[in-house]
Amino acid sequence: MKAHLLFPAADFDFDAELPRHSADLIQDLELRTLLNAMAAGDKFLFDISTKILLAGLADPDDIRYRQRVLADCIAQPEITREMYRVACAALQDKRGVWGFLSSSNPTSILSAAVGQLEVLIVRLRELRQLADNHADKFASDGLTTLLHGLQLELDDEYFETLSHHLRQLRFRNGELLSAQLDRDNSGINYVLRSGSARRGWKERVGIEPRSVYSFSIHPRDEAGAHALQDITNRGINLVANAAAQSADHVSSYFTMLRAELGFYVSCLNLHDQLTARGQPVTFPHPAAWSTSLEFSCTDLRDASLALRTDRVVGNDVDADGKKLVIITGANSGGKSTFLRSAGLAQLMMQCGMFVTASALRASVCRQVFTHFIREEDTEMVSGRLDEELKRMSAIADDLGPQCLVLFNESFAATNEREGSEIGRQVVGALLEADIRVYFVTHQFDFADGFYRGDSDSTLFLRAPRQDDGQRTFKLIVAEPLPTSYGRDIYERIGGWLGEQTAEAAQAD
Amino acid sequence: MHFTSLLSGVETPSPREHDPAAEPFICDLNLDQVVEAVAGERDEQDLIAGLLYHQANDIQTVEYRHEVFRDLEDAALFEAARDFSQRMRQVRVRVSQLDKMSSRQQRDGWFLDAGAIYCDAVRALSGDLTARPITSRGLVSFRDYLTDYVASPEFAELAEDTASRKADLSQIMYQVRIRGPRVDVSRYEGEPDYSAEIEKTFERFQQGAAKDYRVQYRTWPGMTHVGAQIAELVSRLFPDEFSALTSYCTRHAEFSDPVITQFDRELQFYLAYLDYVRPLRAAGLSFCYPELTDASKDIFARDTFDLALAAKLVPASKAVVTNEFHLTGPERVLVVSGPNQGGKTTFARTYGQLHHLASTGCPVPGSAARLLRYDRIFTHFEREEDIANLTGKLEDDLIRIQKALLAATPQSIVIMNEIFTSTTLSDARFLGEKVLAKVIELDLLCVYVTFVDELASLGPSVVSMASTIVPGNPAERTYKVVRKPADGLAYALAIADKHRVTYKQLKGRLTP
Repeated sequence: MKAHLLFPAADFDFDAELPRHSADLIQDLELRTLLNAMAAGDKFLFDISTKILLAGLADPDDIRYRQRVLADCIAQPEITREMYRVACAALQDKRGVWGFLSSSNPTSILSAAVGQLEVLIVRLRELRQLADNHADKFASDGLTTLLHGLQLELDDEYFETLSHHLRQLRFRNGELLSAQLDRDNSGINYVLRSGSARRGWKERVGIEPRSVYSFSIHPRDEAGAHALQDITNRGINLVANAAAQSADHVSSYFTMLRAELGFYVSCLNLHDQLTARGQPVTFPHPAAWSTSLEFSCTDLRDASLALRTDRVVGNDVDADGKKLVIITGANSGGKSTFLRSAGLAQLMMQCGMFVTASALRASVCRQVFTHFIREEDTEMVSGRLDEELKRMSAIADDLGPQCLVLFNESFAATNEREGSEIGRQVVGALLEADIRVYFVTHQFDFADGFYRGDSDSTLFLRAPRQDDGQRTFKLIVAEPLPTSYGRDIYERIGGWLGEQTAEAAQAD
Repeated sequence: MHFTSLLSGVETPSPREHDPAAEPFICDLNLDQVVEAVAGERDEQDLIAGLLYHQANDIQTVEYRHEVFRDLEDAALFEAARDFSQRMRQVRVRVSQLDKMSSRQQRDGWFLDAGAIYCDAVRALSGDLTARPITSRGLVSFRDYLTDYVASPEFAELAEDTASRKADLSQIMYQVRIRGPRVDVSRYEGEPDYSAEIEKTFERFQQGAAKDYRVQYRTWPGMTHVGAQIAELVSRLFPDEFSALTSYCTRHAEFSDPVITQFDRELQFYLAYLDYVRPLRAAGLSFCYPELTDASKDIFARDTFDLALAAKLVPASKAVVTNEFHLTGPERVLVVSGPNQGGKTTFARTYGQLHHLASTGCPVPGSAARLLRYDRIFTHFEREEDIANLTGKLEDDLIRIQKALLAATPQSIVIMNEIFTSTTLSDARFLGEKVLAKVIELDLLCVYVTFVDELASLGPSVVSMASTIVPGNPAERTYKVVRKPADGLAYALAIADKHRVTYKQLKGRLTP
């Protein structure tokens, strides 16, 4: 039995390492905000959504397979969530069963395994009931295959076999042990002894002082039984192992089902939040990578930003046929926001999700990379430009044709002339290696170089400044300009408040 | 004898909370890393952190702490102090666990054990403090207190009683019979070892290698209620030994002396810092007791270094580069320029760290130093662009600087590291000149790290310092920052070459 909701004929590998660049993507694209919305407070959903979001699909057909499953889920959210709840409950029940498979007492292992099988089978029946009731409401390949599969298979043989073993193995003999007192007066240096330690007749009739004292533990005193059994037999290990393995087998089915359904539930969580905030949501059109690259969007928004604030402006960009997009313009003008929105939309599209836009059509890339300006690295060993170039080099290690690289104010840790030169060299090499580049920069020299050069394959966007000095966040198609706005801000905030310190000087 | 505190000659300081938001310079200078590493997981980490995050009340307190530190530089005394504090910790842990123990026998046994450790610790420390040469006011007054304490009849009785109870209990041997839920407890009567026979009986069940289910016995203090019942029955079998134990616990319920306890807590501050410093000294780095001044601005430090960085480099067996700085006459501002990755940021941090550490009364990195007792430190280091901050990075920078300059007094220190990078070169120059003009007007001590060379020649208050390179090998860095004119050298492309990201290199790497 397989879930196969993420691939037509394969399990998702949840144990796979995240791609090496993942930590940068999470940080640069503010993926935690998105993932938190998907998780809705559930750490498990956060983890699986992270893995799936960062293991993007490169084949448009695979993307469409998930889009169809997700469309089913959006149409039937209650049933989707109910199936997920059953899978979670199965594993929850299993955890709630008395005892642990990793117990130090084989009797506990055996009885825990049987207890687990009992509760797992109840949940399998529940799942089967959902399939019976709702299979006809779904249209996607993924969900119809799953539900029909459930209707075919059910088996509680493990349970019967193992409860038989359990009855066989509940035996107990008395043990006699000698001991000494530890520093806290608990027993140490136990040695198993032969002998009966019964009271002699003189003592029983009260002629001698008592030499034996006794007590009994309650039959359901788990810890007490455990404490006593700690000192006893290890003979039933093998049977306990077999039962435990059977329980593991059934629960691993639920584990996979919970994880794969969990992704779609996460998407529903996100969908609920975005639509509640009035954000546009649509399934994007993935296109295969080709010489005529596609990227066109209408009202594309930064999904993470849209989850945090209502002040979100969508961008309409047509970068079809452009391998390089250079974004320049005013500080606070929405350059980084657009860059993030494009990167985020690419990741969301490539894992089969919807995007926050009214329309998006884009070429599928092999992998997305980000190279963003960073806080001074806390390891301190490298200086800032060194750190930036080291990151660039790490990206180059994994980079190849058909990748997308997003740069945000990169190579700005040195002066403008040298930063521009490094930028030109890096971007030039990337473009020639069939790599797509979106680059946010305030380095006029860098942007202008591309503008004067081969501008046909380059799209220039600019964050404009309005006449009243206010920024708008909607980008326009425009060539780079040679100034920034530092003086404006300096004047607007009133310098260093010289008046006030002059007053203080007068007071002296 | 009266003992006030190991931390101050006039009062017993109480722990102080640190508010990271109120003192952002702590993080910018990586002092949080220092404090975290020094305080570690110690029981007194809050006290230690509080002392390291805040300046001592006055210069006299700084000197009082210097004396104690100097005494503890004696390796034998330091070891003795550390041994004492470890034993006192064991005592505290035991006493703190008593409340959770429901078994009378366990609680009493554990309390007795705490008492035994305490007696040993106190006697050992008293001997060591007497044997070693100490001169600090803090340690001398405590030694005198401790000598009196150990000689007191109360302590002698505690020690003797403890030893007798321990000897009694170690003689006891008993046996337990387990049959289903029933347990019989009796005196041990010499029955033979039965394990071998049992093993033979169950041998037939073993089939090859299986998961190892051997029980790991919990270490004390760990007693199940079954263990507690057994212990209770053992106490009935050996009534004399256990009633003597019970009366011990009543008689010595409050065996810890509060002054000794306070001393132990305060001692942690010194031990923690010296523990942190020791491997750095072993690597050849110097620490000194700086002169603190609140009048002159003729400050200096020699052979100094970034403490947080050194603490990372030394364990990795990497060399730590030391630097020097000084100001004389009208000099106030160090403008640091030069090649990237040349140690400029590290230099700026070092400057700030020294001033702060000196004000806490700790020895500081360097062979000699005179430093300003500052009132506030303002730092401005490049911050990560934050999506939550929609006002824009540059505006944020300018507002932060404005706030700092408004709040600064002539006793303040300002440290700015490569600000204005998100704007154009001409803006960076314009704004840098504006900042420095204000800094000079306010007569502040300042370190300003920049790649805008022009800022290094703004008048007699400004000293130009620059990171240096190895002649003939621009990609190699010395991490030395020295007094010299800004020379416009930046070696960005050499670094690109080092990381193999020039156009040519990338072409080669990206071609399949």
